[in-house]
Amino acid sequence: MGGSLNANHFMFLLQGALWTVGLSAIALVGGGIVGFIIALCRISPNAIVRIMSAGYVQLIQGTPLLVIMFLSYFGLPAIGIPISPLAAASASLTIYVAAYLGEIWRGCIESVPRPQWEAAEGLALSRTQRMAKVILPQAIRIATPPTVGFMVQIIKNTSLASVVGFVELARSGQIINNSLFEPFLVYSIIAVVYFALCYPLSRLSRRLERHGGPGRLELEAA
Amino acid sequence: MQTNASVVSFRSVEKSFGALKVLDGVDFEVARGEVLVIIGRSGSGKSTALRCIDRFETIDSGEIVVCGHRVSDPKLDLRRLRQDVGIVFQSYNLFPHLTIEENITLAPCAVKRISKAEAKRKARQVLAQVGLEDKLNSYPEQLSGGQQQRAAIARSLAMQPKVMLFDEVTSALDPELTGEVLKVIETLAADGMTMVMVTHEMGFAKGIANQVVFMHRGKVREAGPASILTSPATSELAQFVGTGL
Amino acid sequence: MNLNLDFGAILERWPMFLDGAILTLQLASLATILGAVIGILGAIGRRSRNPVIVRICGIYVEAIRNTPLLVQIFLVYFGLASLGLKFSAFAVAALALTINVGAYATEIIRAGFDSIPRGQIEAAEGLALSRTQIYWHIVLLPAIEKVYPALTSQFVLLMLASSVTSQISAEELTAVANFVQSDTYRAFETYILVAVLYILLSLIMRLGFWLLGLAIFPRRRRLRTAL
Repeated sequence: MGGSLNANHFMFLLQGALWTVGLSAIALVGGGIVGFIIALCRISPNAIVRIMSAGYVQLIQGTPLLVIMFLSYFGLPAIGIPISPLAAASASLTIYVAAYLGEIWRGCIESVPRPQWEAAEGLALSRTQRMAKVILPQAIRIATPPTVGFMVQIIKNTSLASVVGFVELARSGQIINNSLFEPFLVYSIIAVVYFALCYPLSRLSRRLERHGGPGRLELEAA
Repeated sequence: MQTNASVVSFRSVEKSFGALKVLDGVDFEVARGEVLVIIGRSGSGKSTALRCIDRFETIDSGEIVVCGHRVSDPKLDLRRLRQDVGIVFQSYNLFPHLTIEENITLAPCAVKRISKAEAKRKARQVLAQVGLEDKLNSYPEQLSGGQQQRAAIARSLAMQPKVMLFDEVTSALDPELTGEVLKVIETLAADGMTMVMVTHEMGFAKGIANQVVFMHRGKVREAGPASILTSPATSELAQFVGTGL
Repeated sequence: MNLNLDFGAILERWPMFLDGAILTLQLASLATILGAVIGILGAIGRRSRNPVIVRICGIYVEAIRNTPLLVQIFLVYFGLASLGLKFSAFAVAALALTINVGAYATEIIRAGFDSIPRGQIEAAEGLALSRTQIYWHIVLLPAIEKVYPALTSQFVLLMLASSVTSQISAEELTAVANFVQSDTYRAFETYILVAVLYILLSLIMRLGFWLLGLAIFPRRRRLRTAL
């Protein structure tokens, strides 16, 4: 590429931005699935399950994502498990996001008013039925604003995949800069692109929080 | 006709919240040492009138003079006015993170710049006045509602105001706790404190008021000595007193 | 897969890890103190009567909260360099982390300010306290007490996030780990150890904040009740 900033650079950045979105989606889905299981485990009637899941959350929330990233990318090959940058980044983000989403969702499930739980019990529904038919539908409404808010964290956190060589937005900026030597300009552009990805979600999250009373699921409409 | 003895005077005071006229040409005058009780139904403008004295509300037209301060003047030095005026609220509003003593000494130290020792001495004195000497080091939440309200009165007294405002100070209290607060106010009146109060306690008003102002739809419907409560001239006041509200 | 873990070569280098951990704590402490100050000023600014100040503080908060720390660090690093200013990696790292956490602290403390009942302010105004005195004596401490858990969690997150400053060669814990693993070829063991050290640092910080809370909220210490 070389020389001054040109259309090729922007195409390259666009590609990086797409990978940022893609990696965020992987992290959201992967972290969401594992996080949902964590949330259920955290409120399990079985004490061992509760303690194990709480331990997982404490462990991951006490470790920097960057270290998890290094552990997957450099650590696993060192003990004989080869791994690609994409796989390392996806696995790390999934593990990390699961711990946070699990906690957020546990809070949401627990904040469904007590009488609802008792009413469901009174109807002689099984535990699974109570969860699926009574508690979760209400918890989803409560969980929507903080989950959308956390998606902003996910997008920002995918930037750390750049340190294991995965070419997302931040890494594509670094690569362009290696030929341009205009770091401030390049990183300013990168920052603007991240902002453009994150800010609408931040706004949406806040709007949901303000108007998100019962009976409103604006995300579905959006 | 403003005499020197006048501590609070309202002249043709008007105020609206949007389309709603809450004060519609209100006049009254409070002389030094006098107790003025404002009564009326909720929404009659009585609390707004009281809050205008300390300029918690600004007026649209008319004139308010309090202790020589022209309250209606936009250039008024608010902090000077408020050093002369003490106000006690319905919900006590003690500062929850400060002990009773700290609640009381804060303003004298920060505003009047008196020494800490002097402020503490004063705190003891005003707490004795309201019968709470032993609560010096308690936090507000450790006190009953009545005690909190008495402490709030003591906090105002420590600033040595020239006039005290009481805004429905017993409305948030359980009936059995109102007596202790009203007794403190009676003692203050007997000591010659100038006071303006909004209250629902009719029996108390009869006993303490030099002047009663009955407000109705933003206007002073009837005013006079406490005796108007027993022999009202207007049907509105008669009805108001009759219902006991 | 050959799982014969050997921590020997790693543990031998414990003084390096200790230095790294200390530097991480120093970075986090500095950014916490400065970030708290920015957070208080920013929150006051967000509630200012001057619309320009409100706007500036709002832009600061949104710009920081919607971009990654990694990019912010590079911007500060290269921004200072392009201005011809030479700072140590530690200073650049501390500056970037402070700017970052200041924005989050602003939002958290503002929520605390907003939770102070109107009656508290009116009572203080009625006692002739000035606006500054009201913030200082009446609003600040109860507001911080209300948001203390959220605020301190944010500072712990900041300590963990400071690992990113290894990318501009601040010699904190993660940078030490990167060095040791390339030196010993024991990447797995190194990062496991470092993860454990970070968890310990989180616990140390939480303990520190708990003790600090006892010191600055005497009411809570005496009554054991939340505000």
